[in-house]
Amino acid sequence: MTIAIEARNLSKRYLIGEAGAHKSLREALALAGRRFARNALQRDAADDHTALRREFWALRDVSFQVRQGEVVGIIGDNGAGKSTLLKILSRITEPTEGELRFRGRIGSLLEVGTGFHPELTGRDNIFLSGAILGMTRAEIMRRYDEIVAFSEIGDFIDTPVKRYSSGMYMRLAFAVAAHLDVDILLIDEVLAVGDVRFQRKCLSRVDKIAGAGKTIIFVSHNLVAVQSICPRTIWIDHGRIVSDGSSADVVKAFMRVGHLQREGDRVWIDPETAPGNARIRLRRACVQPMTELAPGAPMDTRMPFRIFFEYDNHVPGARLNASLSLVDSDDIVVFSAGPTREVQPQAVASYREECLVPGDLMNDGNYRVTIEIREEGKLVLKCPHILTFDIADSSDFRFGWYGKWQGVVRPMLDWKTTQVPEPKAAE
Amino acid sequence: MKETIIRPTRGWGTPDLRELWDSRDLIRFFVLRDVKVRYRQTFFGAIWAVVPPLFTMIIFTFVFTKVVSVPSEGMPYWAFSLCALTPWSYFVQALPSTANSVVSSVGMVSKVYFPRLVLPVTASLGPLVDLAVAFLFLVIALAFAGILPGPRVIFVIPFTLIAVMTVLGVGSLFAAVNVLYRDVKHVVPLATQLWLFATPVVYPSSMVPESVRPLLGINPMAGVVEGYRWALLGAPADPWALVAVSALSATVILVGALFVFRRIERVFADVI
Repeated sequence: MTIAIEARNLSKRYLIGEAGAHKSLREALALAGRRFARNALQRDAADDHTALRREFWALRDVSFQVRQGEVVGIIGDNGAGKSTLLKILSRITEPTEGELRFRGRIGSLLEVGTGFHPELTGRDNIFLSGAILGMTRAEIMRRYDEIVAFSEIGDFIDTPVKRYSSGMYMRLAFAVAAHLDVDILLIDEVLAVGDVRFQRKCLSRVDKIAGAGKTIIFVSHNLVAVQSICPRTIWIDHGRIVSDGSSADVVKAFMRVGHLQREGDRVWIDPETAPGNARIRLRRACVQPMTELAPGAPMDTRMPFRIFFEYDNHVPGARLNASLSLVDSDDIVVFSAGPTREVQPQAVASYREECLVPGDLMNDGNYRVTIEIREEGKLVLKCPHILTFDIADSSDFRFGWYGKWQGVVRPMLDWKTTQVPEPKAAE
Repeated sequence: MKETIIRPTRGWGTPDLRELWDSRDLIRFFVLRDVKVRYRQTFFGAIWAVVPPLFTMIIFTFVFTKVVSVPSEGMPYWAFSLCALTPWSYFVQALPSTANSVVSSVGMVSKVYFPRLVLPVTASLGPLVDLAVAFLFLVIALAFAGILPGPRVIFVIPFTLIAVMTVLGVGSLFAAVNVLYRDVKHVVPLATQLWLFATPVVYPSSMVPESVRPLLGINPMAGVVEGYRWALLGAPADPWALVAVSALSATVILVGALFVFRRIERVFADVI
């Protein structure tokens, strides 16, 4: 098997602070002056170097090989180094250390629509964007009809793209990029464009490119898509490769860590540090799936789960009304819930409040729970964002579509498709 | 399949002209884009190309014949200055856009790879279209005044080449430094303004003592401007000594600039 890409100890350093990116010449001159002064005073040069520059290694000693025709996923948190790796692969930036070898031409779908000019027509932009992505005029002419057909722009091809809808714009941009004649294709989150039908079309295009023996590097946050497109996945964290292997294993390991970092179960043993006051003190708060899960495996959208919290009441006869609310990563309150019966006076004791959330209700994403306890409408205790947890996407009912399911919630609703009989002509 | 090896580069490297040549289609589309966009949704269209040299000529003719008197080698002052202002307008239009070419393409530079030199090259070539229009106007205007171009007019091509080399040289130097220090955007307008007086646009180079006259050619635009006059007005004085110095000077500037550009280019995406 031929090696398509070989990375050996790739590292990328960025300098932040003073010496990184000075915006004015004055700063650079001042810096040079200071450096000169220090050297004149016979200070240690190395010491001087570190004092003036703060380094940040976006990528550190990354080595891997990709065989020709392989489809490899790259996952990792934001800022883990995925984009830096792609930038080095696509030659946008140079590595600070290490070496990269690749065979053939590399093309990237990093940013579709780069170089599009709003004043130019669709036709002009196809040629412009194609040339920016590395195609020659002859190559673009050869694939021109294919590109136009793929984009479904039709007669608008001679209209300036500033008059396009955003959907048309993205379709045209993707169409150009998808017809790049390259040996290695870098893809970064572009499958989130357009509507469901167009996404499926893009995906089958990627499948077709992979089927033609091209090498594909696919970077995505969408773990479902990574798992279904790429047999192999590389997980990058803090600029280093954490794991490299079969997608199922790597994604599972990634999810496990991602899950542990969340605070889905909190227990306060020492009442001194527990949230609360003289009247109420929390003991535990927890989000727990109702289904038995493999250790570390995440909950997914199909599973019912419960949220509960336990507290000590220190005031005899208090009529406490506990409630909780759940917000998503956009700070939208998904729901709030509380007791369904009138509250009774409570003795000095420990209580547990529990709320059951059915499966097939929540969308995938990251959620935070806020707990509130009131007495006769007055707030006694509020614990904002006391729990955070993730709900993973479920691969059921996708039928080949991998975009983010729209909506705050994702309830499983009854849906029927029936054939309507032809109405009979009135007789 | 061709194997590409990417390693960190340090110090001075050689400009990759081969790669630039391979990107000629891209240069062509960029130039086409700039030309199409410049006059789109304008009423007068390409007539705008004639406006800067024409109006500057009118003002200069008024100032330098009515207010102060400047010799114009026996030619009508308007023809004398318009001949110089035509290539000069190209310079004034092309230099700032070349100096800005990299910074104004942040989106592309940080997202796609293509030879970065394409950007200043494009910016220095695009305004040639305007120059062509302005040149046509110049020839027509001269013809009306009875000054018909002789076979010498063909030399306008090498003179224009010197102008392009100057713009590309100084412009790409500015363009690269501009990525690091935005001070450049304050320097460029000032530099072009002062440059006008270092160039024999409003005055003839014959005002400079003959012994040091070729030194005027260290400013490549001096050779360009005097060359244009010689080619179009049939001026008797031979400009070749001046032009030779200018051609050499433009070459030195361009080669030096390409090396500096290459040196700074690798951090473009990181600091832009």
